[in-house]
Amino acid sequence: MSSSSPSFHAAEAIPLANVPELRMPEFRDAVVSSVNGGASLSALLGRQRDGRYLELLAVLANAATGRLSIVRTTADGAYPCLTLDCPQAHWFEREIAEQWGAIPEGHPWLKPIRFHALHRNGVVAEAPAPGVTNFFSMRGEEVHEVAVGPVHAGIIEPGHFRFQCHGERVFHLEIALGYQHRGVERALASGPDKRTIHLAETLCGDTTVGHTTAYCEALEALSDTQVPPAGQVLRGVALELERMANHCGDLGALAGDVGYLPSAAYFGRIRGDFLNLTAMLCGSRFGRGMIRPGGVGFGLARDRTAEFLKRLKDAFRDLSDAAVQLWDRPSVQARFEDTGPVSREDCIALGLVGPAARACGIERDVRRDFPSGIFRSVQIPVSKWDSGDVFARAWVRWLEIQRSETFVREQIASLPGGSELERPGPLRPNHLAVAMVEGWRGEICHVAITDSQGSFAHYKVVDPSFHNWMGLALAMRGQQISDFPLCNKSFNLSYCGHDL
Amino acid sequence: MKPQSAFPLLLAIALAPMVQGIINRTKAIVAGRAGQPLMQPYLDLAKLLRKGAVYSETASWVFRTAPAVGLSAIICAGALIPFAAFPSLTHFGGDLVLLGYLLALGRFAIVLGALDTGSSFEGMGASREIAFAALAEAPLFLALAAIVRETGSLSLTPALGAVSINVWNHAAPSMCLTIGALLIVFLTENARIPVDDPTTHLELTMIHEVMVLDHSGPDFAIVQYSAALKMWFLGAIIVAIAVPWHVGNALADAACALAGIAALGIVTGLIEASMARLRLLRVPTLLLTAAMLSALAFVMVAK
Repeated sequence: MSSSSPSFHAAEAIPLANVPELRMPEFRDAVVSSVNGGASLSALLGRQRDGRYLELLAVLANAATGRLSIVRTTADGAYPCLTLDCPQAHWFEREIAEQWGAIPEGHPWLKPIRFHALHRNGVVAEAPAPGVTNFFSMRGEEVHEVAVGPVHAGIIEPGHFRFQCHGERVFHLEIALGYQHRGVERALASGPDKRTIHLAETLCGDTTVGHTTAYCEALEALSDTQVPPAGQVLRGVALELERMANHCGDLGALAGDVGYLPSAAYFGRIRGDFLNLTAMLCGSRFGRGMIRPGGVGFGLARDRTAEFLKRLKDAFRDLSDAAVQLWDRPSVQARFEDTGPVSREDCIALGLVGPAARACGIERDVRRDFPSGIFRSVQIPVSKWDSGDVFARAWVRWLEIQRSETFVREQIASLPGGSELERPGPLRPNHLAVAMVEGWRGEICHVAITDSQGSFAHYKVVDPSFHNWMGLALAMRGQQISDFPLCNKSFNLSYCGHDL
Repeated sequence: MKPQSAFPLLLAIALAPMVQGIINRTKAIVAGRAGQPLMQPYLDLAKLLRKGAVYSETASWVFRTAPAVGLSAIICAGALIPFAAFPSLTHFGGDLVLLGYLLALGRFAIVLGALDTGSSFEGMGASREIAFAALAEAPLFLALAAIVRETGSLSLTPALGAVSINVWNHAAPSMCLTIGALLIVFLTENARIPVDDPTTHLELTMIHEVMVLDHSGPDFAIVQYSAALKMWFLGAIIVAIAVPWHVGNALADAACALAGIAALGIVTGLIEASMARLRLLRVPTLLLTAAMLSALAFVMVAK
């Protein structure tokens, strides 16, 4: 890490002027040496400055110190790509090329990721047709290509998958996304106004609490707002409930994919119990309206905590019974084990996040590494497993559910009194804040930059799926094509969170 | 040919979709759900028959005729299979070989139809279906060979009719092995867990379902109905071996066999509810096991 770049905590506002402006070679050195030193590239974004030139900003997160650092440079037209020296940048550089037209020279895989028109002012360009690009292809007598989607046989989000196969064996999978692109990230940039919080809640529908918490933390950092203790606790509770509900649903879906229907049915029902606990807090099963700038929109009255804890206990008891059935079934384990493995090296090189990374034996968890809110004072142990396969990704989810349950139970039992919300004031002008939250899929990173009026000049959202889609492609190499749905479900990545 | 010879076929035509209903209900109850009505497969067929059919631009007459050929082949196969004391519509020495090939003909038609669409999924499904069906033929014929050897008849009606308590008394182990092998063939041919998952909506993992993705409306109804008939006929063979009691009254025997078919539906449902699907690569091992079981049964009766 170059000594000139200041380091700061997640959810801490720094003056934009303090972010060092480097020349391109120094910027590259700073990013590459920092990533080689164990930091991860949490965000790499482009933004237009003064309506003219393009600025690149890299957010580097160093888990060992728990601090973040930011460097920036200018890049116009073309620049030597980072990806060859720092594979974690590969998807970011494709995004920047697509949004701003800055070409990362030497990028091995430069294709659109969302298939939308350039964002840059003054550049008139037609949006490319979705899913039309030069897909990697193989030739040979018995090699064949299988294309799936964007319309699928089930009711799932749209995405296009190209498999290069030899018989049942997959040599390579290429994933084309962007069908859910709706411009929500750009719409955030005009805020904050009345609509912004609702946009934040719908960045990714199944991660409402995670993304809204990140948005609120960025806003609070920029406005020097302290969330009252009760608000912090309830935010943590909502986040962990979201994790438990989604992990529970994923375990059921994994069981369904291998055709083990009893578990699929049980987990599906119990997921509803956890969603209902969220609804008990805020009236919405998906946590809409729960997280608000400065705290939470709804408290939990003292006389309802007993009811909450009873429901939590019942749901968790049912879940434990269902889990025993899943883990004790040899035919299920035979399908989970050794399917879709991702090596530890690939995981580190690509910068995978969340349960997918922890299933490769990597201890990486924002709640421990870059804690904010309640997680500064209460630690949840990091759950990991080493095998990197579907089993590991499923098992890590089960471990996390158990630890989240303990957390929620203890926090609700000792819920602090007082107000839950402290209304934030105006934002500091010309500042920057990075918010990091461990959503149920992994690291959520929001970068907010304010202009001289205290409005957002730029807002960047990095959903964990953004880091992890390539992990799914790698997990499929050398696997059976019939195991793809199982691998896909074990990652369960978001399309809308990626496409924004 | 006696009028009552039509009874096994008519019974199958009327009741075949019910087996599916029994399996679905069993699975639902084990999973703690209420489940669909027993008659749901009939309702589904009625719904499909009322719909129009959509044809891909790349599909030719092969695709359009496939369901009809498939249904005809399976009905012809059904004409060879007796039910309880009722003889089959027609029977002659060696008809069990014809049975194997009629099943293959029906499959061949559906596979051609799948390949005709030019879809990569359907080609994948077709190749899986053929690979597993080829492997399932060995246990089927070996199991039938064991029955033939035991009863001394090369025709299904007399051979299955001769499986009595007496046969069980002196050849119980080989009868059990035969039933085990036929049960695996039954699960494979009917696209059930652990070989295939009939409820999945994931194109890439399906075997039988992916082959018929392009069929719609009445065509799809015919495909589904043919599958139900196939399940009934293979089930009837298993039940004829597994339920050897003959009380003398043809109707009582038929009731007994019907109970047997229902029990087979429940057993299939329980198998599906108690295990996950096998990895595709492991399916040949299962079919090889079935072939070993039936070969052993044959060796034991041939001694």
